[in-house]
Amino acid sequence: MIDAKIPAGDLADKWNNYKDSSKLINPANRKKLDIIVVGTGLAGSSCAATLAEQGYNVKSFCFQDSARRAHSVAAQGGVNAAKNYKNDGDSVYRMFYDTIKGGDFRSREANVYRLAECSLALIDQAVAQGVPFAREYGGYLNNRSFGGVQVSRTFYARGQTGQQLMIGAYQALMRQVSAGKVKTYTRHEMLDLVLIDGKARGIIARNLETGEIERHVANAVVLATGGYGKVYYLSTLAMGCNSSAIWRAHKKGAFMSGVSWIQFHPTCLPQIGETQSKLTLMSESLRNDGRIWVPKKAGDERVPNDIPEEERDYYLERRYPTFGNLSPRDISSRAAKERIDAGCGVGPMKNAVCLDFSKAIREQGRDKIEEKYGNLFRMYDKINGVDAYKEPMLISPAAHFTMGGLWVDYDLMTTIPGLFALGEANFSDHGANRLGANSLLQSCVDGYFIAPYTIPNYLSGELKAEKVTTDHPAFIDAENNVREQLNRFLNLKGHLSADHFHKTLGKLLYDKCGLSRTRKSLEEAIVEIRSLKKSFDHELKITGDEGVNSELEKAGRVSDFLELGELMCHDALQREESCGAHFREEYQTPDGEAVRNDKDFCYVSAWEWKGEAVEPELHKEPLVFETVKLTVRSYK
Amino acid sequence: MKLYLKVWRQEHRDSKGGMISYEVDGISEHMSFLEMLDLLNERLIQKGERVIEFDHDCREGICGACGMMINGRAHGPLTGTTTCQLHMRSFNDGETVYIEPFRATAFPVLRDLKIDRSAFDHIIQSGGYISASTGQAPESNSIPIAHEVTEAAFDAAACIGCGACVATCKNSSAALFTSAKISHLVLLPQGKLESADRVVSMVNQMDTEGFGHCSNTEACEVECPQEISVLHIGRMNYEYNKALALRK
Ligand SMILES: Cc1cc2nc3c(=O)[nH]c(=O)nc-3n(C[C@H](O)[C@H](O)[C@H](O)COP(=O)(O)OP(=O)(O)OC[C@H]3O[C@@H](n4cnc5c(N)ncnc54)[C@H](O)[C@@H]3O)c2cc1C
Ligand code: SF4
Ligand code: FES
Repeated sequence: MIDAKIPAGDLADKWNNYKDSSKLINPANRKKLDIIVVGTGLAGSSCAATLAEQGYNVKSFCFQDSARRAHSVAAQGGVNAAKNYKNDGDSVYRMFYDTIKGGDFRSREANVYRLAECSLALIDQAVAQGVPFAREYGGYLNNRSFGGVQVSRTFYARGQTGQQLMIGAYQALMRQVSAGKVKTYTRHEMLDLVLIDGKARGIIARNLETGEIERHVANAVVLATGGYGKVYYLSTLAMGCNSSAIWRAHKKGAFMSGVSWIQFHPTCLPQIGETQSKLTLMSESLRNDGRIWVPKKAGDERVPNDIPEEERDYYLERRYPTFGNLSPRDISSRAAKERIDAGCGVGPMKNAVCLDFSKAIREQGRDKIEEKYGNLFRMYDKINGVDAYKEPMLISPAAHFTMGGLWVDYDLMTTIPGLFALGEANFSDHGANRLGANSLLQSCVDGYFIAPYTIPNYLSGELKAEKVTTDHPAFIDAENNVREQLNRFLNLKGHLSADHFHKTLGKLLYDKCGLSRTRKSLEEAIVEIRSLKKSFDHELKITGDEGVNSELEKAGRVSDFLELGELMCHDALQREESCGAHFREEYQTPDGEAVRNDKDFCYVSAWEWKGEAVEPELHKEPLVFETVKLTVRSYK
Repeated sequence: MKLYLKVWRQEHRDSKGGMISYEVDGISEHMSFLEMLDLLNERLIQKGERVIEFDHDCREGICGACGMMINGRAHGPLTGTTTCQLHMRSFNDGETVYIEPFRATAFPVLRDLKIDRSAFDHIIQSGGYISASTGQAPESNSIPIAHEVTEAAFDAAACIGCGACVATCKNSSAALFTSAKISHLVLLPQGKLESADRVVSMVNQMDTEGFGHCSNTEACEVECPQEISVLHIGRMNYEYNKALALRK
């Protein structure tokens, strides 16, 4: 059985106990240790910078042309912390409880408590770096409330919180570059993990500018490579977001967990054409004043403004009278899908719902609404050419955040010794549903505060380890495999682009392993994905050469997505319950609410790779709740 | 609609590039500019040709990766808009559109429209940070900062590092980019302590990287997708002169 290595002691003391007893490395020895950090988002930059400040030698990798462009930059809403500046009864415990409940009781108590505990220091750290969080007129930090909680604990920097936190972490990283403690490898993509004696000792990376295949050796490897929501092709993620680093580590032995737990964000711009590449997120704050509705009648061809009040179905207000338009993300997204599937969707592809501000404008005046959301209305106009003060916005749920990822223990170490996973790339803190503004926090906390304790704790045992170089046969093997795959892609004589396969896979997953799933849909999906993979292996067409070649980059990513997609379906199929973002239609109440099964599924599923088109093997980590009582998560 | 494109194609850093013509039909006004290029690239693949390389990632105007000269203007005809946020409804059927990379000595072309902007990273490395290591931070509310000051710092910190300012400037100056960072940090109490060294070091780094001098044409502000103000350049000059004057 896999062991999460949760420290002993009371919940509130565990992390302190850990820190008190973790092993230290003296400064002279730190200089002798090299650490590879893949990813420069909030998790990767903060971890790389902090380890370098401590005296380790860090190599930092990202596929963008600058560390600053990691997709953390796109987060809008804010970051949570239990500072209780509003004196509204917030506390570390309350934040812990909200997060555990929000995750539908499918995360570890100890990890979540630590997340809430470390949130306090994160705000201090960010402010010290120059992050311009919103302030009140008295000069103190301001907060707002965010999705599904009753306190105001969200810190924000206009609608660009992720960007500002990212710049803070990036600048800390650049400071260490100039100090000579970090070397950056931008435009580099990790294509394999190298194991020596069962431990992570390096990576194979492709220089995306020259096409060279490089070997990099280290004493530990950190993957902070972000989420894989792009597996759905249409998503709120950036075009380059991928699963390749974690997937290749998975194929080398690291287990994956919560793989099918994907959060669909309810307020995104819908798809309006076949060539669309991205579903842009519109801030959830719009739901504070916008009312969500669809026509009562299926197949209503009228434009929204022509549909009279009595023929509109405000389905969230109808189904969830207490939380109404502010119901949590998973519930709002599912309710939208239910109406769209019933034929009540609006817009050119009948795949959207209305987000209507007419009542708010009538009651509060246009000026007030403009003051609150002016930039969002402008963005809507920019993208759609539509004035949302005059007609409802059209919105639709989109793949957004991956709760799943590499399984990690309390140390954030995967099942491969010396391989750590941080940020969205790991599975650990959000259970089956992430609360808004908790993932910027998790990425930062993992990188600034947790890994810089747990990695040295591991490395202290590595000081006497044998020195290895990149001439080791394990490096040669791994490099050969990478080369072989790239050559195969370039030499395939097919006729279909990587995007074609990616889009086909995305559509399939939206339909069969998306907002809701059934045994039947998942079984079909597994068969279809396998046959899509076969066709990919023969019919792919890549033009260009080994140099700068975005098509070659895509091919590797899509190949991994195809395998990951299959695992997602296995994961969703095996879990015969509904919890959080995982809604199995077989397990619902007569009025369509999720039915969780704590008796049989109160565990983390950790999957082991067994080979292509072979069933993966399931390992279980039981979830033990010592502090909270499991309840039904109701927002009625 | 149908467009006639003239696109800069260049194999490598050192090779000679040139404009190549493409006709693209079947464009919908809802497409973004980059989706229009995706469409063309898909067709190039079908013909067995190498695709047009361009940088992009978030496609929502915040990562700063995209950016090209479109009909001679950085990020195209609209103001306050990145290339990824530009939509085809801004173009007319039958129009000819010229697409070129951002050009500057400090931004060498890698392939087609992809350029090397690492000079910007070097400028930040030379001092564009506050030296606060993890663990050193005091309680965040212990230093109140006036609302207006935070907002002004934010305005400067909103720069996405795209390089449009450099590409637009006839001198290829990085003054707008650099000054935005100077302003962001000097406005905040946390950043004041290091301000003199920072500004001298960053300004010198601009020269080292091969960016030109600012001659106050203010062209950069017009094309900046984040509408960063040229007033920051004034502040940078002030801080620079102050630092030199106070230096022993
Ligand atoms: C549109 C949007 C809005 C959001 N809003 C919020 C919000 O308001 N509040 C909140 O808390 N959360 C929000 N989130 C979620 C949050 O932003 C992310 O979960 C978090 O930023 C992830 O950070 P990260 O460091 O784990 O990964 P990322 O920031 O995605 O960084 C991944 C890094 O890994 C690198 N990388 C990936 N693969 C490879 C590879 N194979 N080789 C080399 N490098 C690689 C990339 O180059 C990049 O540097 C939002 C997410 C999105 C998409
Ligand atoms: S100042 Fe404006 S144009 Fe220049 S890099 Fe920053 S965002 Fe781009
Ligand atoms: S692709 Fe990120 S700003 Fe355009």
